Amino acid sequence: MAGGSPRAKGMGCLKSPFGRIYVVLPVLLLTPLIASAQSTEYLYPLVDLPSAPPLLVRAEDVPDDTGERLALSWTRSLDDGGGQNNVVSYIIQRKEVPDPESGEGNQTDFAVIDEVEAGTSSYTDSSCEPEHTYVYMVAASNGVAVSYSRPSEPAEARSHFFHSQRWNTLIGIVVITLLLVYFIYSARKGKDLFIRRIAGLDAVEEALGRATEMGKPILYVSGLSTMADVATIAAVNILGQVARKSAIYEIRLIVPCYDPIVMAVEREVVKEAYLDAGRPDAYNPNDIYFVTQSQFAYAAAINGIMLREKPATNFYMGMFFAESLILAETGASTGAIQIAGTDAVVQIPFFITACDYCIIGEELYAASAYMSREPLLLGGLKGQDWAKFIIGVLIVIGVITSFFTTWFSDLFIVG
Amino acid sequence: MRRQIPLVIALVAGLFGALSYVIMDPVIQGLREQMLAWLRLLSAFAIGLGIASFLRNHGNKMIRQVPGWAFNAVAIASFLVMALVGLFGGIDEGTLFRQLFDYLQAPMEATMFSLLAFFIASAAFRAFRARSKEATLLLGAAVIIMLGRVIDVDWLSNITEWILEIPNGAAQRGIVIGVGLGIIATALKIVLGIERSYLGGE
Repeated sequence: MAGGSPRAKGMGCLKSPFGRIYVVLPVLLLTPLIASAQSTEYLYPLVDLPSAPPLLVRAEDVPDDTGERLALSWTRSLDDGGGQNNVVSYIIQRKEVPDPESGEGNQTDFAVIDEVEAGTSSYTDSSCEPEHTYVYMVAASNGVAVSYSRPSEPAEARSHFFHSQRWNTLIGIVVITLLLVYFIYSARKGKDLFIRRIAGLDAVEEALGRATEMGKPILYVSGLSTMADVATIAAVNILGQVARKSAIYEIRLIVPCYDPIVMAVEREVVKEAYLDAGRPDAYNPNDIYFVTQSQFAYAAAINGIMLREKPATNFYMGMFFAESLILAETGASTGAIQIAGTDAVVQIPFFITACDYCIIGEELYAASAYMSREPLLLGGLKGQDWAKFIIGVLIVIGVITSFFTTWFSDLFIVG
Repeated sequence: MRRQIPLVIALVAGLFGALSYVIMDPVIQGLREQMLAWLRLLSAFAIGLGIASFLRNHGNKMIRQVPGWAFNAVAIASFLVMALVGLFGGIDEGTLFRQLFDYLQAPMEATMFSLLAFFIASAAFRAFRARSKEATLLLGAAVIIMLGRVIDVDWLSNITEWILEIPNGAAQRGIVIGVGLGIIATALKIVLGIERSYLGGE
């Protein structure tokens, strides 16, 4: 069969057994390859694409600290909340470098210091050493691969001697100190200083007289705080005055304490007061004792004392919390005259309701000066009042200027 | 001398505490942290004073068998049980200590707290009387606020919030400003040695 089309010729080779080999052999060779490509195990591993890296990593010193903090910020990866949306976290790496200007310092390699979740674009590194320079890199991780940012510029963690956002506090303290010193100096020179009447403090004498007539003890509760609280210090001051009068009138004084250190201080104060009154024999340290440091257990104990001992006068002076009304109501039910004094603003209404006299806020701190009438203390009280007047004027100025600008009120923001 | 040394300590510690608020030098801040740590340590050791006073107080009453001395025995027994159970059994979740705390002490404290509901009612009954103009104003405000907290009516809730935020808030801020100044002045008087009552005596 001579001639015919080339296609016919090509197809013609299939008729020969040897020709068929040319077709079958490649198929035999390719079949495993095709089969393996369809199986779960790939001949060539697929590569997971990493996320886009974070950009513009910047490190800056955190001001007003002791030099252990640097603040990092970066632009989030394009694949964080967009693009592939597969960023899982950011890995923060840091290395120490010598100071660019002086050349001093260590050189270390990059090490991971923390990992933050996706969506974050800032971080504060609080593990720096003062006056050391660091470089940072932030890597975006999608759980399989990471992509690194370019390193940041070197940043030095500097300690700052003065807290720049607290200068207003310092000036305020200096002004108040100067006012106090001026009025104390005036009082020492014999200037007569007027102090308005404080009914609760005037009533102390009346309350002690009532206890003397009835022959019943006085209960003095100095609050549920520690000696670090100024209200407790004020309460201890008043206790000294009350103890002196108790010694003179020979009234039993019961002082259950919430804090062991307060108990130790109050024992000394009462003992000295009895000594000053010339009645050291009447001092009984067992009447000043520790109860408990559990709030409502203390309230329960005080209630028990009031119901058993039936004191004629109850004093509540110092820092109180939710138990204030429990104490005051129980005391009212026993018929005692009650004088309370606290600087806890939310407890004042309860004491006003349930007690006969209530010393509000700063009147408690004035008690020592008011009861002793010592010129130095009265001078301090006057200085305090003038400081309050100045603050009042500043508040009025601040309210008026706030209609136009925030410049004035911004002066009083404390960092 | 007995009174001079505490006054000097108060002066140095007070000045240091005030200056360390504005000076951020690492040495000063480190010393400040040390001071605070020592304060916490002293407080923790002071509990020993309290325990001694507690045991002496209740023990004396037990020995003298004053009326109700059984309750003093219960107090000492409770203290010993909790201390021993905590020391030898641990205080983690599931221990006997935690069970005693969760099923005995916490409910008892909650019971005392719940007494407030009844005491508030009795105090309100006594206090909210229209005896004077100010008392009438207090009564009116109290009624509005109590109703405003219970009834879900917009205008009543708005008046309630206004009373609490504006006149009540202003009064509270005034007291807080005075208290803040009082704290500064008292602290300065103690640091400068003008206020010495806490030392006892004149």
